[in-house]
Order: sequence, then structure tokens, then C-alpha cells
Amino acid sequence: MANSETNTIEELGISKEYQYGFHDDVKPTFKSRKGLDEEVINQMCDIKEEPDWMREYRLNAYRIFKQKPMTKWGGDLSQLDFDDIYYYVKASDRSERSWDDVPDDIKKTFDRLGIPEAERKFLAGVGAQYDSEVVYHNIVEELDKIGVIFLDTDTALKEYPDLVKKYFGTIIPSADNQFAALNSAVWSGGSFVYVPPGVKVEYPLQAYFRINSENMGQFERTLIIADEGSQVHYVEGCTAPTYSSESLHSAVVEIVCMKGSRVRYTTIQNWANNVYNLVTKRAFAYEDAQMEWVDGNLGSKLTMKYPSVYMMEPGARGDILSIAFASKGQHQDAGAKVYHCAPHTTSQITSKSISKDGGRSSYRGWVDVAKGAKGCKSHVVCDALILDKDSRSDTYPVIEIGENDTNIEHEARVSKIGEEQLFYLMSRGLSEEEASTMIVNGFIEPLVKELPMEYAVEMNRLIQLQMEGSVG
Amino acid sequence: MSRDLVIKDLHISVQGKPIIKGLNLTVKQGEIHALMGPNGSGKSTLANGLMGHPLYDIDSGEVIFSGIDILELEPNDRAKLGLFLAFQYPTAIPGVSLANFLRLAVSAVRAKEGNGSGNDRLIPMREFRRELREKMKQLGIDDSFARRYLNDGFSGGEKKRAEILQLAMLEPQIAILDETDSGLDIDAIRVVGESVSQLIGPELGVLIITHYPRLLDYIRPQFVHILLDGKIVESGGWELTQMLEAEGYDPIREKYGIIEA
Ligand SMILES: Nc1ncnc2c1ncn2[C@@H]1O[C@H](COP(=O)(O)OP(=O)(O)OP(=O)(O)O)[C@@H](O)[C@H]1O
Ligand SMILES: [Mg+2]
Repeated sequence: MANSETNTIEELGISKEYQYGFHDDVKPTFKSRKGLDEEVINQMCDIKEEPDWMREYRLNAYRIFKQKPMTKWGGDLSQLDFDDIYYYVKASDRSERSWDDVPDDIKKTFDRLGIPEAERKFLAGVGAQYDSEVVYHNIVEELDKIGVIFLDTDTALKEYPDLVKKYFGTIIPSADNQFAALNSAVWSGGSFVYVPPGVKVEYPLQAYFRINSENMGQFERTLIIADEGSQVHYVEGCTAPTYSSESLHSAVVEIVCMKGSRVRYTTIQNWANNVYNLVTKRAFAYEDAQMEWVDGNLGSKLTMKYPSVYMMEPGARGDILSIAFASKGQHQDAGAKVYHCAPHTTSQITSKSISKDGGRSSYRGWVDVAKGAKGCKSHVVCDALILDKDSRSDTYPVIEIGENDTNIEHEARVSKIGEEQLFYLMSRGLSEEEASTMIVNGFIEPLVKELPMEYAVEMNRLIQLQMEGSVG
Repeated sequence: MSRDLVIKDLHISVQGKPIIKGLNLTVKQGEIHALMGPNGSGKSTLANGLMGHPLYDIDSGEVIFSGIDILELEPNDRAKLGLFLAFQYPTAIPGVSLANFLRLAVSAVRAKEGNGSGNDRLIPMREFRRELREKMKQLGIDDSFARRYLNDGFSGGEKKRAEILQLAMLEPQIAILDETDSGLDIDAIRVVGESVSQLIGPELGVLIITHYPRLLDYIRPQFVHILLDGKIVESGGWELTQMLEAEGYDPIREKYGIIEA
């Protein structure tokens, strides 16, 4: 398994000094002015040479966005200034396919993010979002051979316009919420994945995202379609450089799990402390399909993210695992939503949060069972670990049941790091910091072991960075 | 330098209640001492206090180990000096594998004075694995335990064996075994007894806390002490264990005028 003792961080030789707060001097080739209006959107469509329907889609979404009041629930968004953001930045003229074509300074960034390493380990396609545009996208031949499409969404719109048009915005309509509307208006990049019927992709498809321009919003748009009986695991890891002014990341991820398919979507995010991370993620799971979200949220100033699964037909299953780590000045408002729209559907939500140095984590969950959806099962477990008295954890579970014949369980636990555990580890020579880091890593281990190996390693590594200097 | 453990007029209280009331004891490297005493007499309190448990308040006295007073030291610094406690009730750490934990612990303790921390001082994986596997085999611990979460779901006896595995890996100079024999089946007592006696040599001093002489059959103490109401009231040799076995604590209680609380 991913997290046996054979693969601790140390063995992979990742240096202690490895930090994410770097940024380099890639010059964007185009940058819209700050703020958003129809002209900016039109300009963007012109540069991207998008079809008319997408231009209409964007403009319509923009109008919806303008009408929506500022989101009042969740976290504090009062510092977020929509006029102080660049909505479109293009780093280089075209998407690159081969590593050799990638400019040197971009390669350097990739190096520090460990992408070549990843490429060696998994013979999978590596898509990396650099500023708003994907500049490097490498699809291995195997994917082509089995008919799997794995492209950045802009390219997919050009190469597979009908397929994109058929599903785009069908899972998350523009009017869904303020940030979905904003994303629909200004989206750029993200991944498009189509897996044909019966095809099982053996290795995780990976995409690395990164914000590089100051004040630049990132609005990726990801669309995954798993056709009948197919299987795919999509992984994204985000790291961001540290800047002082506010930054907005607002992605939309739509997933269609057709009959009997199985999709897992894994995210590890470690945004800089000034980033607003407001993401809408939703999947529709049809008959006997299974959708799993694995979501790790570290960093950012405020994260609001509640991956959801709509179980549309009997036998569908939704699993959501979420880990949140809130440190100083951070609010992780994370959770999960499951909608049992059909009988005999099953869901499981596991949420683990850690709050430290005055950080705040909230679990916001929604379990909905539609009238007539008999024989549904849902199991929710929320564990919160609070490391000091300045930190905070809340849970806001909502359960809406329109059907008596259901089985819903909700467990919530809040714990502090046990004095006995600390003492036990310290009596074996571990410093207080090492001991508490070890306890925290143990706390999230049930989720971390679900991650692909190198992401598990990165997760432990990030926890260690978060814990450094925290005690003593 | 001598690594002896010297306890002078030690007073320990728990939640304001005095438990250890003026205890004197010296355990030299290479010596084996047994500490016996009725339930609640303060044996574990002494052990925890020596190791630096934050709930156990040292009211007065001195504990000199390796020539320095360790009472101001953090538990991890005591461990690095070479003090070890096998717990009566080992704590479970869910999610942390025995192997990952032990590698960090062994690295920390062997680094001694090194200021390096965390990953910089980790002992090489291969070396660690070989040593761990060998010692697990000696203790009759199945390989799969390396990957199991520390003490989590371990049976009583498995926990005790894991404590001795840690003792064997950490190679302390003074080890306190707090009822390591309780919860062990007869075969396990033999395995643990033989393993500990193999570790014993001029480098290791041991303080064995126990209620039963069985473990002591494998690890013969040169000194036996009886703790009653927070003080060592009798010290002697093997004959004391025989006396307790035959007569229990009543004659001693009577002799020292201590009525069971
Ligand atoms: N953590 C604690 N909290 C409260 N009371 C404690 C604690 N530890 C010890 N005590 C009390 O101190 C006294 C001595 O306990 P201790 O555990 O040291 O006895 P012991 O000699 O080890 O007994 P046993 O043979 O049963 O293990 C008891 O009255 C016990 O209840
Ligand atoms: Mg005891």
C-alpha cells in the first residue's frame, strides 16, 4: 500500500528546504487589464478563437454573476475585491506536447515541483497549468491507443467541440452559485478527460496546477466523462508561490460517471496564505457507478469546497474523503454533499480536520435523500483534531430526508492531541514537535493511504512543514 | 563516565496528592534491581516521574543520571541520555506504524548530541530494517507488526513484547520495566525473560517492577526492594521475593504500621 514503512518522505530524498514559495520570471505573453466586463470576456474569446456558443455561454454566465449577491455563508469574503484581479493571463502562445519544447524557465519551475520525477514514475500524461494556459501537456501513446482523451480543456474545445458542448455546464450550471458563474464566464485551462466504454486507465492521470502571476485569478474548468463500465483516477496537486496581495482561485470540476463506471478524483492543495480557494466540484453517478472524491486542503486564506455526488440511479455510490489543515490566519471551510436521488444508493463521507495556531476548520456537510429513494445508506464521520486552545473547529451538518426507509449515520468527534500520546513518543526520544507531527500524520493516515504514493509522501511532507516551529 | 541512576529523597505527587514520599535508590549500570510492592504503593508513579511525565509533579529530591540532575530535562532528553521506561500500559498511536515510529526514535536516540533533527539524522533504511527484523525474530514478534499501528489493537501481551522490542532497539543504559510480565502468557514470559537477560551486561542497569517472581527466574536480580506507601522499606536479595511469595505484604505492613488505604 501507499503508506507502508517502505516509503517515508525521507527515503525519497526530498530535502527539508523544499519550499513552495518560489516564483520565476516567466513573462506572460498577454494579460487582460484588471477587473471584469464584457469587453474583457470578448477579448479573451477572440484570443482563444472560441466558437460562438462558448462566447455566448461566457457572456450569459457573466450576466448571472453580476446579478448574484456576494456569498454570505461559509467564510469571510469581505476582503475579496473582484475589480483587483486579472481574469486572463496567457503565458506562452501554444500548448506544448513534448518536454523538449518547453521553455527553460518553465522547466525550472517544473523541476522544483518535481514533475520530471512524476513523469518517470508514472508513464502517464502530465498536464501542468502554467498561468492560465496549459503550456505543457504530454499524453502518452498508450492513452491514445485505448481511446482516452486527456487534454487541457481549451484544446479539447478545439479538437472535440461536440463532446465538450454536450456535457459542458450540464453538471454545474452557471447559475449554481456565484463562483460557478464567475468561472463559467472566465474559465481557462483545466483538464478534459473522456474514457471510452469499458476502458480502465491503469495509472492516475495527473495535472499540476500553479498560480504564477500576482493578483491573478485562476479559473480552471475540468470536465471528466467516464463512459459505461470505464475506470479512471485523476489526480491534481496544487502548490502556489507566496504573495502579499489577495489572490483568487475558483475552479469548476464536473464529472459524469455513466453506468457501472468508477471515477476517483484526488486533490492535494497547498495554496499560499493569501489565496481564496472557492471551488465547485460535482459528479453525477448513474446506475451502479461509483464516484470517489479524495480532497486534501492545506494553505490558502479561505477555502470553501464541498465536493458533491448526485446519485442519479439505483446502485450508485458516492465516497468523499476530505482532509483539511487550518493554520494561522486560515479558514478551511470544507465538507461534502451527497444527494440520494434514486433508491438503493450509498454514500460515505469521511472528514478529518486539523486546526493549529489559531486556524479554523469547519465541516459543512449535506446529506439529502429524495422522496421515494428507498433503501439508501449514508455514513458520515467527522474527526477534528485541535492542536491548541487558540484554534477552532465547527461542524455544520445538514440532513434532509424525504424518505423513511433510509439508514443514515452521523458521527462527529473532536479531540486534542493526547498528553499520554505525546509523553509516550517523547519518552522514546522524539522532540515535542516530532511527536505531535507524528500524531497528526497518524490522524490523517487512513486518508493518506488512499493517495498515490508520491502524493502520500507530499501530504506527509506538507504536514511536516505546517507543524514546523509550532511547539516548544 | 558512570551512567548510574541515583535517586535521592524523591517526593512525587499526583494531582496534589503525595505518592512517593522520600525515596532513595541507586541503580548502577550492570546491576539488576527488582522493585515490588502492593497495588497503589507508587511503583508506576516513580517510573513515570523518573521519565518526566508532565502529570507527575516532583516536589523535592534529586535524580542524577549520567552525572547530571535530569529532573529539569524533557522526556526526550532523558531518553537520549539513555533512560528507558517499558510502560505498564503502553499508549496506542493510531495511524503511526511501529516501524516508522521506531526508526525515528532510534535515530533520535542514537544521534545523541547531534543538533540535527528529523530527516537529517535518520539511520539508513536498510540498516534499520535488518536490525528490526532480527530483533523482532528474537522476540517472536511477527513481521507484520512492523507495519501495524503502534500499540493500536495490540493484545496485552503484544504490547508488552513491543515494549521490549523498543528496549532492544534503543539500547539504553538504564531501563525500567513496569510490570512487563503482567498480561504475558507463560511462553511469552520466557521469551521476554530470555530476551531481556540477553540484553543484560555491564552496559545495562535494570529496575524491574513486578508482582511475581516468575520473570525474575529468567532475570535474576542482585537487589530486591519493597515499596510501601511511597517509600522503600526493605532492601535485600532474592530471599525477599521468597518471603513475599510465602507471606504476602501483611507482615511488612504490620512491621511499618501501614494500614491499607
Ligand atoms: N495519572 C494519575 N491520575 C490520578 N491518580 C494517579 C495517577 N497515577 C497514579 N495515581 C494514584 O497514585 C497512587 C499510586 O499509583 P501507582 O500507579 O503508582 O501504583 P502502582 O504501585 O504502580 O500500582 P500497581 O501495582 O497497581 O500498578 C494510586 O492511588 C493511584 O490512583
Ligand atoms: Mg503500576
